Amino acid sequence: MDTNFTLSCPIPISDYPNVLLAHGGGGKLTNQLIARMFVPAFSNPALDAQHDGAVLSLLPGGAGSLVAFSTDSYVIHPLFFPGGDIGSLAVHGTVNDLAMCGARPLYLSAGFIIEEGLPMHMLWRVVQSMQQAARAAHVQVVTGDTKVVDRGKGDGLFINTSGIGLLEHGVRIAPQSVRAGDVLIVSGDIGRHGIAIMAVREGLEFESAIESDSATVADEVMQLLDEGIEVHCLRDLTRGGLASALNEIAASARLGIYIEEARVPVRDDVNAACEMLGFDPLYVACEGRFVAFVAPQDAERALALLRGQQRTQQRTHSSGAQSADVQATRIGVVREDHPGVVMMRSRIGASRIVDMISGEQLPRIC
Amino acid sequence: MKYIDEYRDAEAAGKFAHAIAHLTIRPWTIMEVCGGQTHAIVKFGIDELLPKEITLVHGPGCPVCVTSVELIDKAVELASQPGVIFTSFGDMLRVPGTGKDLLSVKASGGDVRIVYSPLDALALARANPDKQVVFFAVGFETTAPANAMAVYQARQQGIDNFSMLVSHVLVPPAMEAVLSSPQNLVQGFLAAGHVCAVMGYTQYIPIAARYHVPIVVTGFEPLDILQGIYLCVRQLEEGRAEVENQYSRVVRREGNRPAQQIITEVFEVAPRTWRGMGEIPHSGLALREPYARYDAEKRFALTTHDVREDSECISGQIMQGVHKPSDCPAFGTRCTPEKPLGAPMVSSEGACAAYYRYRRVAG
Repeated sequence: MDTNFTLSCPIPISDYPNVLLAHGGGGKLTNQLIARMFVPAFSNPALDAQHDGAVLSLLPGGAGSLVAFSTDSYVIHPLFFPGGDIGSLAVHGTVNDLAMCGARPLYLSAGFIIEEGLPMHMLWRVVQSMQQAARAAHVQVVTGDTKVVDRGKGDGLFINTSGIGLLEHGVRIAPQSVRAGDVLIVSGDIGRHGIAIMAVREGLEFESAIESDSATVADEVMQLLDEGIEVHCLRDLTRGGLASALNEIAASARLGIYIEEARVPVRDDVNAACEMLGFDPLYVACEGRFVAFVAPQDAERALALLRGQQRTQQRTHSSGAQSADVQATRIGVVREDHPGVVMMRSRIGASRIVDMISGEQLPRIC
Repeated sequence: MKYIDEYRDAEAAGKFAHAIAHLTIRPWTIMEVCGGQTHAIVKFGIDELLPKEITLVHGPGCPVCVTSVELIDKAVELASQPGVIFTSFGDMLRVPGTGKDLLSVKASGGDVRIVYSPLDALALARANPDKQVVFFAVGFETTAPANAMAVYQARQQGIDNFSMLVSHVLVPPAMEAVLSSPQNLVQGFLAAGHVCAVMGYTQYIPIAARYHVPIVVTGFEPLDILQGIYLCVRQLEEGRAEVENQYSRVVRREGNRPAQQIITEVFEVAPRTWRGMGEIPHSGLALREPYARYDAEKRFALTTHDVREDSECISGQIMQGVHKPSDCPAFGTRCTPEKPLGAPMVSSEGACAAYYRYRRVAG
C-alpha cells in the first residue's frame, strides 16, 4: 500500500480526542489503534501479517534462513507478584512471542526506563530474575539501554525487550495457514496471571495465593515442531485472554472457531475470583499459555507430547504446588461456517458467540 | 467449582426445560427484573431451551442503565474538579453523559478511581485529608446497606472530606411502573434474588395481588432461572398470582434485618428520575437530614444544565419489556460498546450489551 502521510493528514481515529487506558487493553480499541494508525503508517508485508512477531529474511530476494523479530514493553504494577516479577515477565513475554512464530528464541535486548528513587535492591532483584529467566529459556541478553526519568514520571520501572529467533522448520505458522477441521489445543489452565495481579493490586485475599502462570513456552513449541506435528498457527494468551486471541485468528483466517465452555481449563480458585469480581476467565490474561491450531490427524500426538513435556517440567521445577492441573487440553475445532466468529457451546448446551472485549474488563456493581 | 457447577449442569437443565415445555399450554411473557439474570439468560442461552410460547423480556434491574443522564453529568463535573478524588464502581465509568463519560475525564487528568466497596472510598478519604473524596452511590437495595454504612462511619469517625453522589433506586416501584404502563406486556415476574436477600419479599405481595401477576423470587444461575420460569409458568397456567421463593438458599421472607436497619438509619425514600423511564415517585433513596452534609450535590456548587440524551436510544422501552435490544435500529451499527448511545450497551448488566456480546450472529 502506498501512503504518503503529510502533516496535514487527518488523525485516523476521531472517535476519541484522547488516548484511553482501554486503547492499551488488548481489545477492540487496541486493535482499532493498530489497524487505523500504526499499520497504515508503517505498512509492509512483514508488519501487515500482524502476527506476534515479524518473520524476515535477512538476505536479498528472501534467500537463506528466516528469522523472527519481536518486541514488547512491560509496564506491570506491582513490579513483584506471586509467581513472578517484571523481570521474568519481560523475558518470558518476548521469548513466547518468538516461539509463536515457530522460531527458536536466541537473543534479547533489554531497555530499562527507571524512575528516580527506585530502591537499588529492587532493581537488582529484577535483574537477577531476568538472568534466571533468560538462562532457563536458553536466550542471551546481548544489548541494552538505561534511562532514568524524574520522580513521578514513571511507575518505578518499565522494561522493553526485543528478541530474535531462528526458524528451523520450514512451516508457515500464521492465521492464514489455519484450515477447517484444525483442532484447538490450549496449553494449560487459563486466567491465572490476570487474577494474581488483580489480587495483589486490589488487596484481595484468597485462602492460598494464586500464582501467575508466567513462564516460557518455547520448549513446548519447539518439541511440537521437532516431532513434526503439523502446527498451523500459534498464539500466546496475553492481554485480552483466550477470547481475544481466538477472535484475532478467526478474523485473519476468515474461518469460524468453535469451542466448548466445559472443556476450557480454569482452576477453581481462579474461577471463584472471577465469579466474585464479575470477570469472565475467557478474557483474563495469561503469561505462560498458548493456543495451538493443529491438523486433526496430529492432535492426539500433540496433546501427548505437551502433557509429557509438562510432566518433565514439573519434575525439574517442583516448586509449583498445584501444577497437577497444568495440562494441555483440546477445546474446540475450526469450521467453515460463521467465518470470522468465535462460537461457544455453553455448559447447558446452548450456543453463543464469544466477542472480543471492547476495552478493559471493569468490575461490576453487584 | 463447588456450589456453582451444580447449578450449571446440562442434564438437569434439560430436565427443567422438558418440564416447562410439558407444563406450557398458552403463550406467556415473563420479565426477569435483574440485569444479572438477563446476562445469565443470554450468556448460557437459557431462552433457547424454552418452548416458543414463552417470551422472556428484560427488566429495569440494571443500576448503571437507569442512572439519569443528569447524575452522570454531575459525576463528570465533580470528577473534573481539582482537589477531588472521584470514586466509583467500575461499571459506571463508560456510561455516556451529555458530553462525555468518566473514563474520558480520567484520560484528561481527572482523579477517577475504581473501588470495590464504598468503605474503600472512605479509607481513601482518611488517607487523603487534603482532598475531597466523592463516591458515586448507585445501585438498588443490594448496594444500599454498604453505601449507608460508609456514610454512617464517616459521621461516626468525623471524616468530613467524604461525600456521596446518591443515585439509589428501588425495585418494587419500578415493577409497578412497568405494570401500570398502557404498553405493558408482562404477565409474570422473576424478581431479583439479591435485592430480596436484603429486603425480603413481603413488599411484593400487594403488587402480585393488585395487578394479578405471579412473582417468583429467583436466583442467577441457569438452574435457578429455569426453576423460576417453571414456577412462574405453573402459576400462570393455573391462574394463580402469588409470591413464591425459588432462591430459598439465600432469601428469607423477612430479608436481612440489620441491613434494612442501616438503610433506614441513613436513607429515606425519595422520588427518582430513571434514565429512559422518567421520574417515578417513591422509587429512590436520598440521604436523611442528619447525613445531609455528606451529600455531594449539596456540598459542591454544581452547574449541570442542558442535559441531553441521544434521541435514537430506546433504552426506556427495552427496560420496560416493550422492545428487545435487537429491535432497535441503532443496535450494533450506530450503537456499540465502543461508541454507546445509551447505558444498556455499556453496563455488564445491560440488556443491549448482553445481546451484542453473545447474540449478534447466533440465534
